Amino acid sequence: MSDISQHSPSRGLVKSGSLPSMRALLTLLAVLLLAAVPFIAPSMQLLINLALAKGLAVLGVTILLRAGQVSFGHALFFGISAYAGAFLTASLPGADIVLVLIAGVLGAALSGLLVGLFVVRYRGIFFGMLNLAFSMIFWSILEKFYHITGGADGIRLTRPSVLGMALERDSFEAVIFYLSVVLMVGLGWFTLRWFASPVGQIFQTIKTNETRLEYLGLSPKRALLSGYLLSAMLCGVGGSLMAMTQGVVTPEYVWWVRSAEMVFIAVLGGAGSVRGAFIGALIYEIVRVYASAFAGDIWQMLLGGFLLVIILFAPGGIMGIADSLIGKGGKSRPTTTKEDAQ
Amino acid sequence: MNAMNRPDAAPPPLLETRDLLIKFGGVTAADHVSMQIEAGKNLAIIGPNGAGKTTFLNICTGWLKPHKGKVFLEGEDITPLPPRKIVRRGVARAFQIPQLFTEHTALENLLISAAAREGLRNPLQNLHNISQRDEMMHLLDLVHCTDVADRVVVELSEGQRKLIDIAVALALKPRLLLMDEPTSGVASSQKHEVMEILVGALAEAGVTSVFVEHDMGIVERHADEVAVWNAGNVQLRGTPREILEHPDVIRDVIGEEVA
Repeated sequence: MSDISQHSPSRGLVKSGSLPSMRALLTLLAVLLLAAVPFIAPSMQLLINLALAKGLAVLGVTILLRAGQVSFGHALFFGISAYAGAFLTASLPGADIVLVLIAGVLGAALSGLLVGLFVVRYRGIFFGMLNLAFSMIFWSILEKFYHITGGADGIRLTRPSVLGMALERDSFEAVIFYLSVVLMVGLGWFTLRWFASPVGQIFQTIKTNETRLEYLGLSPKRALLSGYLLSAMLCGVGGSLMAMTQGVVTPEYVWWVRSAEMVFIAVLGGAGSVRGAFIGALIYEIVRVYASAFAGDIWQMLLGGFLLVIILFAPGGIMGIADSLIGKGGKSRPTTTKEDAQ
Repeated sequence: MNAMNRPDAAPPPLLETRDLLIKFGGVTAADHVSMQIEAGKNLAIIGPNGAGKTTFLNICTGWLKPHKGKVFLEGEDITPLPPRKIVRRGVARAFQIPQLFTEHTALENLLISAAAREGLRNPLQNLHNISQRDEMMHLLDLVHCTDVADRVVVELSEGQRKLIDIAVALALKPRLLLMDEPTSGVASSQKHEVMEILVGALAEAGVTSVFVEHDMGIVERHADEVAVWNAGNVQLRGTPREILEHPDVIRDVIGEEVA
């Protein structure tokens, strides 16, 4: 298996000079542009909301890529969070949006801890496939226990209240959109800081030398578990937002294609890149929607071809291309934790 | 009564092995090894390839579990402990092939070591801003690697990586440092210089060391004591002069005809 995680821009070649400040400026502009979408392109609001939810889940996958691990089953936490929210609103109609979000993230964290305790003992292909196995077991449960889960039809997630207020559809969609933007900024910032912190750096050393980690008095399994838990929670945030946006959850949320899609987007955006997770998700969703409208059944082929080009010619993904364009003329040097903190 | 409780009893040795036995298939790599390592000395372990020197280090640091026998650190039985728990008790390790975080810079390797030592967990604190940074820069200075502090490890020479590997171990503030061929891979012309730096750093940090070495010139000049390993056990032990002039050592280890 090709180690796609080695393309992590955390240590990839980027250009020095004005890159960090330019990157920060462009990020700010992109966030402002996103925040203006309901006003300048309201027809895109739903699509972008779904992309942001997916981007948060991709961020979870991205974290693991920094440790050199690829999970093909992280849709499990995406789905568990979505179903936790659906069950909550079913038993407590009109539950607050924050409560739904917390229930989802707690569900993802708890399941992340249970699955994580088992899978952190494995690396590489075994790690990836064990994650897939867990997600498919949960998918089977969702499909077979239809009297509880609604089977393939799924269950509705009734619209939550917002600070005690029952909102109309348009108002609720605006709230969930801006909540998604805020969570993208907040959790993206937190993840960047976490990557640059001692605990985040220790987590990333799993990729290069577990022997030394052990001889520093640390447990590689525990280090991986900390990142795994964070990645599961981020997937949980994404799943909860997606469920509240769509208003229905189905077993498709944990289907293996969803997990593969997350890995696909992470590589597309730039494996290991926080910004790349969201940019990749936005591009993927836009291409998926418009290509399927204009290119019928061949849109997957187009995306597949695009990914091949990325892997072969731009292993840093879209963010790698962007960095090289921004920093053109600068001196090449490997990034350090200093860049992670930008 | 516990020996530790007797005021007149001698303190237990820093590290002690009793009757260590380990076999790999038909090969006995540690054959009932019993030895003591006293604090404050640099002990060199010499012997032919395959004599069991590295295996001994691996057992002492918990990487390998002996089939029989025990390892004690200041009287505490550490035999069943994993390496990380032995490290936390003050035993550090440097390797024949440097074990570093290759995608990090030299300084970051030391900062991570300091963060591990201090148990730093703040997810919002930048690794470069931890309060141990100056201490780590001093360590880099001690091993003469300040000029490569911000270079990624893969860009460094083998000798520099060796020194960084040792500095990473020293960053843990160990009481005992076990090193496997600290000068292997270093250019012959630089070996003594590297050892001078190393022994100086160890003395300043007050660290006891055990190092496996094949270069008898290094052993003669830099060890306080020498243990000769052969067929999985300690054959001889003494001062460098006693050992290097011993006919058995000249014949079996150095490989010269005895006059």
